[in-house]
Formats: sequence, C-alpha cells, structure tokens
Amino acid sequence: MIRFEDVSVTYDGADRPTVAGVDFEVPEGELVLLAGPSGVGKSTVLGAVSGLVPHFTGGTLRGRVTVAGRDTRTHQPRELADVVGTVGQDPLAHFVTDTVEDELAYGMESLGLAPEVMRRRVEETLDLLGLAGLRNRPIATLSGGQRQRVAIGSVLTPHPRVLVLDEPTSALDPAAAEEVLAVLQRLVHDLGTTILLAEHRLERVIHYADRIVLLPAPGAAPVTGTPPEVMAVSPVHPPVVALGRLAGWSPLPLTVRDARRHAPELRARLRATPTLTATSGRAAGGADRAAAEAAPTRQPSPLTAADSRAGGAVRVGDGGDPRSSGAEGRGVAAGRRRQASPVSAGGNPPRRSLFRRRTPSAGPVPPPASSSDLAEVRSLSVRREHGDALRQVHLTVPPGETVALMGRNGAGKSTLLNSLAGVVAPSAGTVSVRGVVPHRTPPRDLVRHVGLVPQDPRDLLYADTVAAECTAADHDAGATPGTCRALVSELLPDVADATHPRDLSEGQCLALALAVVLTARPPLILLDEPTRGLDYAAKARLVAVLRGLAAKGHAIVLATHDVELAAELAHRVVLLAEGEVIADGPTAEIVVSSPSFAPQVTKVLAPQQWLTVSEIREALG
Amino acid sequence: MLHPGAWWLWALSLGTAATRTTNPLLLTLLISASAYVVAAHRTPAPWSRSYTAFAKLALAVLLVRVVFAVALGSPIPGTHTLVTLPEVPLPHWAQGIRLGGRVTAEAVVFAAYDGLKIATLLICVGAANALASPTRLLKSLPGALYEAGVAVVVALTFAPHLIADVQRLRAARRLRGRPDRGLRGLLQVGLPVLEGALQRSVALAAAMESRGYGRTAEVPAPVRRTTAALTLGGLLGVCAGTYGLLTAEGGTYGIPVLLAGVAAALAGLRLGGRRSLRTRYRPDPWGLRAWLVTGSGVAVAALLTLASVRDPQALNPGVVPLVAPTLPLWPAAAVLLALLPAFVVPKEPW
Repeated sequence: MIRFEDVSVTYDGADRPTVAGVDFEVPEGELVLLAGPSGVGKSTVLGAVSGLVPHFTGGTLRGRVTVAGRDTRTHQPRELADVVGTVGQDPLAHFVTDTVEDELAYGMESLGLAPEVMRRRVEETLDLLGLAGLRNRPIATLSGGQRQRVAIGSVLTPHPRVLVLDEPTSALDPAAAEEVLAVLQRLVHDLGTTILLAEHRLERVIHYADRIVLLPAPGAAPVTGTPPEVMAVSPVHPPVVALGRLAGWSPLPLTVRDARRHAPELRARLRATPTLTATSGRAAGGADRAAAEAAPTRQPSPLTAADSRAGGAVRVGDGGDPRSSGAEGRGVAAGRRRQASPVSAGGNPPRRSLFRRRTPSAGPVPPPASSSDLAEVRSLSVRREHGDALRQVHLTVPPGETVALMGRNGAGKSTLLNSLAGVVAPSAGTVSVRGVVPHRTPPRDLVRHVGLVPQDPRDLLYADTVAAECTAADHDAGATPGTCRALVSELLPDVADATHPRDLSEGQCLALALAVVLTARPPLILLDEPTRGLDYAAKARLVAVLRGLAAKGHAIVLATHDVELAAELAHRVVLLAEGEVIADGPTAEIVVSSPSFAPQVTKVLAPQQWLTVSEIREALG
Repeated sequence: MLHPGAWWLWALSLGTAATRTTNPLLLTLLISASAYVVAAHRTPAPWSRSYTAFAKLALAVLLVRVVFAVALGSPIPGTHTLVTLPEVPLPHWAQGIRLGGRVTAEAVVFAAYDGLKIATLLICVGAANALASPTRLLKSLPGALYEAGVAVVVALTFAPHLIADVQRLRAARRLRGRPDRGLRGLLQVGLPVLEGALQRSVALAAAMESRGYGRTAEVPAPVRRTTAALTLGGLLGVCAGTYGLLTAEGGTYGIPVLLAGVAAALAGLRLGGRRSLRTRYRPDPWGLRAWLVTGSGVAVAALLTLASVRDPQALNPGVVPLVAPTLPLWPAAAVLLALLPAFVVPKEPW
C-alpha cells in the first residue's frame, strides 16, 4: 500500500540527507509503527507519504514513494487527499472550521462528494469515534483527547486507505491515549485501513503494531521487522522490554500480559534478595507485598499496609538530610489515609478509598503547616470563565522532595503550577513560596524563589543564540556572568554558543530552558509536561538532572502524564480530578493502586511493589 | 439552524437604521432590541462572546469621541459653558486646531449623540458575529470565491490567536524575571509572537493542502476562456459604469454599462464555479424564518429612513438650542419590529 524505494531526503541548506536509504513496504491493512530517537527524521518519512515532503516543505527527495500506486513525485498532496489522511503533532493546527461536525465534513467537501454520502459518513464517523455527543461543540472548547479524536475523524470521513499519524498520543493522558488507540485498532481490524504512525511512547502503542520500522540514527537505513525482532536491538524501548532484556526472557515480551507469564520466576528471585530491602523503602514495601501474597489470605491486613507505608517514609528519611521534613509530611498524609481506610475495609483493599470522590464537606483536611515547608498552598481556588479550574486545593512541598501532579487533561495541573509561579492569581485561598505570595511579588524577586519551565519551553527563549540567551538569563537573575553558561554546559555538553535555540531538539530546548530557570537558583522548580516529545534517552538524561537537583535540596513539582517518569522521579504523587486533589501520598502507594497510572514494571510484578527497571537492576545486583 | 445570512442581513439592517438617527432614545432602543435577541439566541460558543467585546469597543468609541470633543474643541457654537480648560498656545502653522479652551454643553451633547450612533453600529456588527460566526457565512459563498473566502476567514482568526500568544508570552516573561507589564514587555514579545503566528499559518496550510484544499476539476479550454473574458469584461464594465455615474457628462451611459458589467461578472463567477469540485455539507436552508428575520431588519431600516425624511426634527434632535430629545412614537414602534427574531426563531439545540 505504501512503498518506499531507496528514498533519501535532503532539505535545502542541509549538507547531508535527513533520512537516507529508506526502503520498506507497508502492506494493506497493517498498523506499522515508526520508531527511533528524536531527530532521526520520523516526521520526514511520514511527510513523504502524504506528499507534503517535498512538495510543501521544499528539499530534494531521491528515490520513489508510492501510495496506493500513485507516485508522490507526480501527485500533489491535495491529489493524494482521497487515499492518505494525515494528522500532525498538534491537532489544533489541523482544524480549518470551528465546529466538530463541519470539521468532519471539510475533507469530503474538498473532494466533492455527494451531500447524501457526506451526511451518512459524518454520522458513521461520529459513532465510530464516540463523538456523537460533541457534534455541535466548537472545537476550541474540547479537551485534548477529544481534539485528537476529531482530528482523526476529520481525515477518516473521506475513507482514506492510508492513515498517517505523527505522535497521536504524546499530549494525552493515559486514558485518553487508550481511547485514541482503541479507535485506531478498530480501523485496522474492521475497515482494513493501513496505518503508519510515529510515537515516542512505545509502551502505549507497541502491542498494537504489526510491524516496526526503526530509524536507529540520523541518516541511517531503517530496520524493519516484527516488534519482538526490532525491540531486541532497538535503542528506544518501553520499560517492559527493558525488564525482559534485563531478566533475559525469550521471546522478548512486548506487553504486560506476556511479561506476567515470565514474572513468577523474577518475583521469586526478587523475594530472595531481602538484604536490599533495608536500603530501599519501595523494595521493603515489595517484600511486605510478597509476604502478603504468600499468606493464605489475599486481603492485606491493615497492619501490613501500615508497615509498608512506614517503610516508604523510612526510605525517604534515609535519602538525605534535607528530606527528613518530607518524611514528616508524608507521615501525616499516610495517617490521614489510615483514618479513611476503615470506611472501605470490607472486601476492598483499603487503598481503593483514595479514588473515591470526596464530598466537599468532607474535603481533605489541610495538613499542619511545617515551618520548613518550601511551598504551601491552602484552600486554593481558581475560577475560570467555564467554571472552577481548582477547588479547595491543599498542597505542601518540603525541600528536597519531588512531587508529581497527575490527572486527566484539564484536571487543573497546569493551573496549580501557574499559581505557584504567580502567573495565575488565586480567586480564594493562599499560596506562599518561602513566605512570599507569588502573584504579588515582582518577577525580578520571584525568580529567586520559584522557577517554572512551561509546557512549551520555547516560550522562555527569546534570543538568537544560546550565548545571548545565557547572558540575558544572568542579567535577569542578577547572577554573576557565566552562571547560566556553566549550567548549560552541564546539562547540554555539546551545544555551541552560536546555535539558534530554534535549531535545538525538544530535549535540548528543555535543558536550555531549565538552565535559564536555574540561573536564579530557585529552591522550588516547577515543570509542566517536561517529557512531551522526548525520547527515552533524553528522558533518562532529564531524570538524572532532576535527581541531582533534588539531592541538592531543590524541591521539584512536575505535572505529567508520563507514569514511567513519575515512577522514576517522584517521591510523592498528587492526583487531581476536576480541580480537586483526590489523592496525595507516596508514589508507590498511589500509582500501584491505579490501573491507568501504574507503570509497566508495577503491573508485571504485582503484587510486589516495584516501580522501575532501575530498581530491579539494583535489587538483582 | 437559521441561515447565517439572515442574521447578518438583520443585524446590518439595524446598523443602517442606526445611521439614520442621532436620537439617543431611539438608538438606545435599537441597542436594547439587538441585545434582547442576542441574549435569547446566542450559544455558549466562543464567538458568541464577541458581543461583549464589541459592546466594550462601542463604549470606548463613545468615550473617545466625547473626550476629543472636550479636549480639541468642537465647531458647534454653544452658550452653556460647562468648564473652561487651559488653552495650549499652538504655533501659527497649526492654525485651526485648538487644544483645551471652552467646553460647552452643546458640544458635549453633540459628540455624545454622534458617538452613540457609531457605538450602535458597532454593537449591531457584534450581534451579527455572536449570532452566526463569519465562518458559517463562508458556506454560502459561490464556489468560485470559496478559496479566497477561506483565506479571509483564516486571516480573521489570526487576530484572536495572536492575542492568546501575546498573553502566553507575557506570562513567560514573568517567569524569566522580567516585568510582564508595560510597552517594553509588549515590544519584546513581538518577534516571538509573529514567529509563532507564521509557523501556525504554515502548519494550517499544510493541513489544508493534505486535506484536498485547492483540488480543481478539468475544465474544457473554451469554458476557461469564456470565464476569463466574462470576469475581466465585467469588472471593466463595473469600473466604466461607476465612472460614468460619478462624472457629470456620463449620466446617460453610466447605469446601463454598470448593470451589464455586474451581469457579466456574475456570469463569470458562475462559470468559474465549474472549476471547483467542492460540494456543500448540510447547506443552511433559506426558509420562511430566514425571510421573516431578514424582513424585520429591512423593515426597521426602511421605516427609519422614511421617518428621517419625513420628520428629521424628531430623529435628529437639535443641540443648538439645547432641547431634551423626545421619543417619536411611530419610529419607536418600528424599531420594536427588530425583536421579531426573538420570537419566531427556535433556540438552537446545544
């Protein structure tokens, strides 16, 4: 259906091809995943299918790309519109009209389909994607997952035989991503649509893929094969594959389900390494779980649960001096939950109560303020035009602690970060960071207390070169000249002074923005969706940097959909829903109990409580 | 769904009616009528908020008009001095311009009447925007003009996006420790904002291209040539006709040439539509209700125009000498016709 014949693409002004030697075929009705580190030309390959490369982007394409027998050299993108549907990275940039129904019809109108056909297909697509309830809604009022579904629907209505998607789930929360992927699978299975998609979050999509085309490095020829074949050699792989490689499982498992078949043996090995539990609180919890598993009753006794929580607190206490107050805060949080647990003690595991919506009257009791808390949010409410963005939120952040804010798109995570950074003024309640009120503090002073890296780190960058950006940052922060450049060299070792920030990759941009923010040495660092668009390597570097900062006593609050990142980094997870805090506690406790927020390693090794591959690697020695 | 054109014709007719009078009572009545209809029929869609935006703009225009009259003086002769501002002496080359000086009640009232007229006009345009977004109007354009229409609509949405970008980047300045207020801050975000807007436009263009925007049908060469000839000839005819109408000598040939030009241009547009493959999804029907809504608007405009000819005193209350405006009965009753859409159009489902 799609055939690449020895294709190479060289953009104007580039001295070497962005992609070279691309030669593969996508048969009809298959879902093929295009994987690889960032910057290897995945978007270029996708663009070549729809003809946008090179007709729209410029550059030289050598070789031949054919889609359903049409050569893209002789067909403009608009002449391929009836066979190829393309959805780019940002669905908002894709919309031409302003309501859902019109958007679905737009493509068909351009192709000149008969009105009756259009009417029928719009109705079918509304049902297929579960958009019937949204048909008259203006697109501007939809959530991220809904927008993505509308974008997919808008290219589906002309019944293309090929669908090309660039990172369809990157910006989505886990549940919304599942929603979108379920739709894609349905298209492949029921309608025989051919799908080519690129995605960084392999753990979300790999089990839907029939084949993988791996671009291992810029300009290198792609490796094509079945998912297990390619994953065995791939530099980018999801945690479950990393676990499989670590444990030496063969065939390599790609899904949690496959991995669980191998898991009993690994669980036994982990149970046999009790010496390590003293140094790792999470492992201690795991041992308790193992004990619970071995015990005849499946229902964890309240004592065991309390013990594992205490274990969690001890670990943090062990972690270093600045964290001791963190242990105190968490002890309080755990105590609160222990009070709540008897309510649901009958039959359900106690932690289920965390996910019950609390009624406003029985809202969370503010934890007693500790004088050492770096940031404190009390009864914070933020009102927006369409209702409340935040309602009665309490949050304290002690120094040295990393807190992950999780929850659906639009749950209020960004608003909470923005209130901590003083960008949003509270409608009610108080926010204080080291005793100052962020939105009333002049920006010049505020940067010394709190730094926020926004969702798009490019918003923070104005200058033409990295060097100029650093000079400006030193000036803004009143730091000694060279401070920012030193930080940049630390975070981004191989970036030249004269590089334009626009030419940096997503990960490099994030690192530069982080360096700019860190120049003022704020003790509280806030990050909004830091892993959007990052590959696994860039993510690992970010994790290392943030861990280093936390060890130096910086408190970090990050809003993220990335459960693996939260598992790696966060001491504490705060779940938000509809502007309210619905759970607040140690990472192990919160994510383990949630089907959508549990990381893959946890799912594989449940009921033992492990979160990340690096923990396992450490435990196995 | 009511045809969007009906709403626009209704609102623009009210605007036309507003230009016929300076009577503040009639103008307020017009504003109230349009506000009532908007309140009854607007949806929670983002573009419905444009009514508030236009109302604020109208208020600003009114205030600016009055402030100018106070500060720069007014040609209206008046005897009721309200206050005397210190007059700034200007060099002789600025003769005819005055800064400060005597402020008379007549001048202020005249400026307020005049400002209110423009404000009403703006509010009527706001009502049209709130009731039917300009994009919906696009669906009713003839095929040949569709592509140009899309360009216009994309350009129209450019401004709201630009404002959102400016707000976001000014917030980001705060994060850098720079003041987020003041003109300097605005200027410094200018370049990134334009860059962002340009990038978004390019992304949108790519999306439209890959969704088949601009696909054309094969048209036989004779038809193409006829289209070109008709359109060009028609436009030339329109130009020549207009020239004939406006000059003193061409009174005889003006109107026929203009009409012929318009007819040729329309025929050209119709033929040109053959090049476009586009079909329409659920075109809005022009039904009885659309006629009623348009009719009520046009009736208001026509009746007020008639009234302004027959009773100019009541519709343009004098300011010299200063008299209290009175509400002329039958023009006021005519304005109330504008409320008809509030009762005959069913509320849109939401």
